Amino acid sequence: MTRKIDFDIDLHHLARVEGHGNIHISVRDGRLAEATWAVVETPRFFEAIVKGMSAERVPFLTSRICGICSISHFLTSIRALERAMEIEPPEDARLIRLLAMHGETLQSHALHLFFLAAPDFLDAPSVLPIMQSHPDIVRAGLLLKELGNEISITTTGRATHPVSLVLGGISKAPSKEQLLRLQSMIAERLPALEEASEFFGTLSMPDFVRETEFISLRNGSTYPSIGGQLVSTDGVVREEDEYLQMTNEYLVEFSTSKFTKLSRQSSAAGALARFNNNFDLLHPRAKAAAAAFGLEPACHNPFMNNIAQLVECHHIMEDAAMLVDRLLDADLRDIRTPYKPKAGKATGAVEAPRGILYHHLETDEAGKVVKADCIIPTTQNNANIHHDLHALVEQALQEGRTEQEAEKLCVMLVRSYDPCISCSVH
Amino acid sequence: MNHLGFELTRVLIGSFDFTCCEGCQLQLANKEATLPEFLALVDIRNFREISSERLDDYDIALVEGSITRSDEIERLKAIRARAKVLVAFGTCACFGGVNSLKNRIPQEELVREVYDGKVIETMPSMRIGDIVQVDLSIPGCPVSKDEVERIMVGLVTRSAATLPKYPVCVECKQQLNTCLFDLGEICLGPITRAGCDAVCPTGKTACLGCRGPAEDINYPSFVQLVKDKELSAADMREKLSLYNGFGGYLDQEN
Ligand code: SF4
Ligand code: SF4
Ligand code: SF4
Repeated sequence: MTRKIDFDIDLHHLARVEGHGNIHISVRDGRLAEATWAVVETPRFFEAIVKGMSAERVPFLTSRICGICSISHFLTSIRALERAMEIEPPEDARLIRLLAMHGETLQSHALHLFFLAAPDFLDAPSVLPIMQSHPDIVRAGLLLKELGNEISITTTGRATHPVSLVLGGISKAPSKEQLLRLQSMIAERLPALEEASEFFGTLSMPDFVRETEFISLRNGSTYPSIGGQLVSTDGVVREEDEYLQMTNEYLVEFSTSKFTKLSRQSSAAGALARFNNNFDLLHPRAKAAAAAFGLEPACHNPFMNNIAQLVECHHIMEDAAMLVDRLLDADLRDIRTPYKPKAGKATGAVEAPRGILYHHLETDEAGKVVKADCIIPTTQNNANIHHDLHALVEQALQEGRTEQEAEKLCVMLVRSYDPCISCSVH
Repeated sequence: MNHLGFELTRVLIGSFDFTCCEGCQLQLANKEATLPEFLALVDIRNFREISSERLDDYDIALVEGSITRSDEIERLKAIRARAKVLVAFGTCACFGGVNSLKNRIPQEELVREVYDGKVIETMPSMRIGDIVQVDLSIPGCPVSKDEVERIMVGLVTRSAATLPKYPVCVECKQQLNTCLFDLGEICLGPITRAGCDAVCPTGKTACLGCRGPAEDINYPSFVQLVKDKELSAADMREKLSLYNGFGGYLDQEN
């Protein structure tokens, strides 16, 4: 039933998301007149300021694109530069980097699920009142977030903005004691993850489906993290260096963050995209967790990105434990390959917590960066969020929902994408 | 809350972000083990990144980021007018941070390069202190949560909250690290303000000076050290410019 109502929803600087974004919805005569997702973040021009900098220093700068996924940015620049200058990092350094990615993603997913998303489902303005009303749940979330940070500290020297990742490998390996500590922390915190999953099982995700194209990395042998082919649920397969054909960035009038598209008017990246493209490569426990939520590939409900993040936490716990065991067996002596700077160009693609992240870097003979291009996961979700808002409000009107209900659904939708807005503008 | 038998009230805080990566604000939610104790000290009135409740009755404003657009100036002034204590929170806020690297390039050129000529408003990066009065600075890219906790306790107990005056080398030596200069690398530890536990040299990476200059540093002797060790002056300058903490010293040289 469609009622003849008029309303405007204007949400300026949306709360509980990273960065500054606005939602504007306008309904006239019971019909949707306009729905926009506008990013109003101030640009920082990273692609321009990185020029002229030595390759060695570049990751320290690009990591500052994002405070939540700094390890991903650091490693994406490193991957681009190592490919450009043909540097092969030693195997043990590769393992440590993979573990570092797990730490960051666990921290980021826990932050999103408990601090940013959960309050909507419990009608709270923030996690603070939930600390009183559901102390055990918040405690479980904090235990997972702390574990994520601890993994990052052990592998990179710091939770935010890594210090010991370097071109050619890593500058310092974790000690046996640190790795043993991680080993027991992971085992001890599995019950916290079970508790978290049980809690999210009691929440109901809004029923909304809009078919889209999901893009992620895929390597065919492990759940994606650093490098691989670029694939989509519409059957597109490309190589890392062909990233431009995968993203097709364009400018829109109302946003300082660009939009992207591939086979359709929009596409999506992130946990749900990785899940949809790589379900077969998840650890059995993560598959079981997905089954418990009724989550199957390909799922086109964007609200289920929350659940896909939780499923990934299960995978991370298992895979991180395996990596720690392998590192405990390794001697961790060969951790850094020396290199000579040289001219080259290459793309690095990494699955950051919020989706596929590309840095394309070109160096001159002295190893100085002469050209840079960064495409951020949230940028690749902007168009999808924008078109989802349209479809979601239309559905809400069809269902005869009130303005307040429609508004709540809109903000929950945007938060489900876990947008990282300052990162997307960079 | 009780301290030495005195009843204490939680400080009302607001946390605000300008042009930056928001990594400093994120540290407020880190160090999960002591988060409940930290939250017992502060009453969060306004913190968009984690709460949809936005109240204007804060006493302490933590201000993160640098200023690069005119609407940010107005927003910052309004925050200054409401806050009793305004804290420049993190390196971007204190020194301009990595955003200052754009100040070397004409702003129109930046826009042309990144936005293909679309009209985008931007201006050279300014520190928070360039626009409003700053009562307290907490540097770091990102800030160290340990230091933030210490300073918050200081604010709650109305005791002095100061930063270390000595350089990073002091903390580095306490950790018994091999000096990076002995490994042939320039490290800004001798001239940078401590307070981060020398986290970078402890990870075998050079200090890049994110916390800005220590007090009473001997800059000429640092430059001499780099020369004596026959290390690259260009590398030294690249390191010194990354966070804009040493702007004045670099200018002296030119
Ligand atoms: S100081 Fe560093 S960590 Fe803090 S907001 Fe600025 S760039 Fe991010
Ligand atoms: S490594 Fe750096 S901080 Fe440590 S002693 Fe040497 S110069 Fe100082
Ligand atoms: S060692 Fe230097 S660059 Fe690293 S955190 Fe400390 S002051 Fe900043």
